[in-house]
Amino acid sequence: MRLPGDWEMVVGLEVHTELKTATKMFCGCANHFGSEPNTNICPVCLGLPGSLPVLNEHAVDLAMAIGIALHSRIASSTFHRKNYFYPDMPKDFQISQYDLPINSGGYLDLPDGSRVSIERAHLEEDTGKSTHLGGTGRIHGADRSLVDYNRSGVPLVEIVSGPDIRSSAQARAYASELRGILIATGASDGRMEEGSMRIDANVSVRKPNAPFGTRCEIKNLNSLRSLQRAIDHEALRQIELIEDGGTVRQETRHWDENLGETSTMRIKEEAEDYRYFREPDLVDLDPDQRWQDRIRASLPAMPAERRAKLKARLVSPAQAQLDAVEVVIDLGLESFANAAIDAGADPALAVARAANELAAGIEDLKNLSAEAFSATLLMEQRGELSATQAKTVLGELLASGGDPKAIAAAMGFEQLSSDSLGATVARLIEENPDEWTRYREGDEKLAQFFIGQVMKITKGQANGKAVIAELQARR
Amino acid sequence: MKTAQSIAREVQSGESSASAELDNSLSAIRARDEELNVFLYVDEEGARATAASIDERVARGEDVGPLAGVPIAIKDNMCQTGIPTTCSSKILEGWRPPYNATVIDRLIAAGAVPVGKTNLDEFAMGSSTENSAFGPTRNPLDPSRVPGGSSGGSAAAVAANMTPLALGSDTGGSIRQPAALCGLIGMKPSYGLVSRYGLIAFASSLDQIGPFSKNVMDAAILLEAIAGHDPLDSTSLPEPSPSLVAHVNDGVAGKRIALVRELVEGADEDVVISVNRAVEALKDAGATIVELSIPEFRLGLSAYYLIAPAEASSNLARYDGVRYGLRVDAEDVAAMNEATRTAGFGAEVKRRIMLGTYALSAGYFDAYYGQALKVRTRMIDAFKRAYQQADLLIGATTPSVAFAFGTKTSDPMSMYLSDVFTIPTNLAGEAAVSVPFGTGEAGLPVGVQLLGPGRSEAQLFAAARVLEIAEDRS
Repeated sequence: MRLPGDWEMVVGLEVHTELKTATKMFCGCANHFGSEPNTNICPVCLGLPGSLPVLNEHAVDLAMAIGIALHSRIASSTFHRKNYFYPDMPKDFQISQYDLPINSGGYLDLPDGSRVSIERAHLEEDTGKSTHLGGTGRIHGADRSLVDYNRSGVPLVEIVSGPDIRSSAQARAYASELRGILIATGASDGRMEEGSMRIDANVSVRKPNAPFGTRCEIKNLNSLRSLQRAIDHEALRQIELIEDGGTVRQETRHWDENLGETSTMRIKEEAEDYRYFREPDLVDLDPDQRWQDRIRASLPAMPAERRAKLKARLVSPAQAQLDAVEVVIDLGLESFANAAIDAGADPALAVARAANELAAGIEDLKNLSAEAFSATLLMEQRGELSATQAKTVLGELLASGGDPKAIAAAMGFEQLSSDSLGATVARLIEENPDEWTRYREGDEKLAQFFIGQVMKITKGQANGKAVIAELQARR
Repeated sequence: MKTAQSIAREVQSGESSASAELDNSLSAIRARDEELNVFLYVDEEGARATAASIDERVARGEDVGPLAGVPIAIKDNMCQTGIPTTCSSKILEGWRPPYNATVIDRLIAAGAVPVGKTNLDEFAMGSSTENSAFGPTRNPLDPSRVPGGSSGGSAAAVAANMTPLALGSDTGGSIRQPAALCGLIGMKPSYGLVSRYGLIAFASSLDQIGPFSKNVMDAAILLEAIAGHDPLDSTSLPEPSPSLVAHVNDGVAGKRIALVRELVEGADEDVVISVNRAVEALKDAGATIVELSIPEFRLGLSAYYLIAPAEASSNLARYDGVRYGLRVDAEDVAAMNEATRTAGFGAEVKRRIMLGTYALSAGYFDAYYGQALKVRTRMIDAFKRAYQQADLLIGATTPSVAFAFGTKTSDPMSMYLSDVFTIPTNLAGEAAVSVPFGTGEAGLPVGVQLLGPGRSEAQLFAAARVLEIAEDRS
């Protein structure tokens, strides 16, 4: 979206990501989304009197992996207490990092070539989750509030970008690229809908080269679409306000996805004094060089590198294929695409099937092996399966696994591709002598007639190329 | 009353039994608890079951541990599964911890029998046990006087022969000061020597659990049983429990011990006389005595009264009425938090929460909390310099003997001054022990304090033992 006149937006993002550790940040409770409420809890994550935190080293591994992927400086760091009262925060303080975060500085390069600076990526613990019932449905004025502490103490990394983003599309690209990195490092599953990645956006507007304007922070954006819409809406709101002679007030705003607008949550004057001080129950976190090197050595290739490699395998790709590559990389599907290409599949086909069929069935990906994917594409390429059949076989593989040849046979697809297709074509020629004559005399349009008839009989399961081959063999 | 050491020996040999020793303890509690208000909860049923199982194990020929069948009193700021744990505060009304503090597990592993939970100043904030929501504890040596605090109940339990041992916690002197006022051995171990897991926090960077006993050997046995690394406490020292019992009789020959001017400054004359007599006794035992001035000690009190309340303001935030303990209903969550805390906390706790909140607030942090941290660093450096000149330091534990009820309650500052000699050790994370030596006003005991660097507990017990022997002879 273009902003009116010569207005420019200035955006910085704070991304909270839950780390994919087996246990919580400071205790041995399972870090698992979707359990029965208050089942993954213990004295520590309930903040019971007398309990003490012990840092989960795997959370540090993952935080460092994020830092390395973002070109941050890893340094000796400390934990602080951020003090404020909230019922879903059992100690009424959050253990976080303050002036000495584990990762400082760094940058993230986006696919369009732009670079966004990273200020810091620090460790902190998540809170529990409140549900307010009856009345207003919000914390003030509900009839009852229920708190689930399963999330309490889940490790988080907060990644703070510099105010370098200049459009909502760039913000979305940044969030998407960062998500890819979080998934690649194994730090997070990147599931925004489950809250394992949550975004706050700081938005201000200015005229070219003017100093930054007053910013507003939009809290808890939980999809890339919301992020983009909320930023655009907020920038326009601020521009309108300024052009009408008003001034932007520094505040925290809430995005309403249904109404498509932001509204005031709290103004800056009400901002709390968090009384940060060093967490006396924890010792300094000072990962030595060997620890850092171990993490560095274990990191797989990041999305940018993988994207470039996969694009290089496509021969003079069209835009649609380049877009498909983006999807394949974003969803981490390139092992399938690469395996198929290695096995001899057409790179464009491999990328397209991964970006569409595999992306659609991504929840069931565990059922599908790269070998089965490759074999299916090769069968399609050899004409043993039509495009529709190949998609059906992939769907079946995703749903319940198995061998593509056996699935094709069970569905009767193989019959069509050999003897029965020939028989069907022969029968059609007999039943439609006029059309056959015209086709034989060179009216190529009639091929489409025969293909249509075959498709009707086979309910769309035949391979169009194979039908033409059968027709030409009889011409 | 028998020592813990002899009880353990007799229980293990079959000469006595854990159940019989427990009966003695329970009778002593029944005899004087109403008058003294020592215990907030006596776990008679649980203690009997523990004692019975020890007796069965002895009968089977098992080695039950160094504290076999020894009854022990626990300050009521340590969690024990299923046992009401109040910190002497109304705010924890009805709460029973679902877990054991590490020290409880270790006591049970050593064969001890926890008999109940003792009174304290609310959340360990005080020096007289007058700040308890459940009434003050009286000093068994003179019931018109305080037993000291905050571990006043634990000190009184041992002084009244209810149990030979007790556990207290010491944040600014809360073991050593009541030990001095009740005529007991009381040690504040090095920070991190004893796990804090399950100790309800007052000021996390200062709190440390330690022993009360009537003699040095018993304190050494108890501390050895509970000390050593605990993976549940990140600030726990990495080493296993030190060897203490074996070194109790090492003496002080060849040691350099420094009398610190600031540790007797302002003390009553009787107290100063006792300290000087103790110095002579150590000299007679072969120690070299030097005199030192450590002016930084004078800054300790003001730094402590910023750092401890700052941490407390955060540690005590969780008592919000949401999950456990007292809840006073109100129209919304914030109002409920406020009503609960207003009703649940006593005046001294509120005073310290406000003090600490203020010290950490934006705009004041650097001037108060930040400044206090700098003083703390200077204190640590001052101790380091002192320990280049001496192995141990000596002074008074408290400026006076046990004082009468109500004499300091109206003036918090005069109460805070009771801890002026004990606070430096907590700020530096080091160790110190109070040893009864001589008497003062009204024949009440005086506590002499021996201070040592981190992990010097064995040396401190050896020096304390020298004083104990000298006192027995006099």
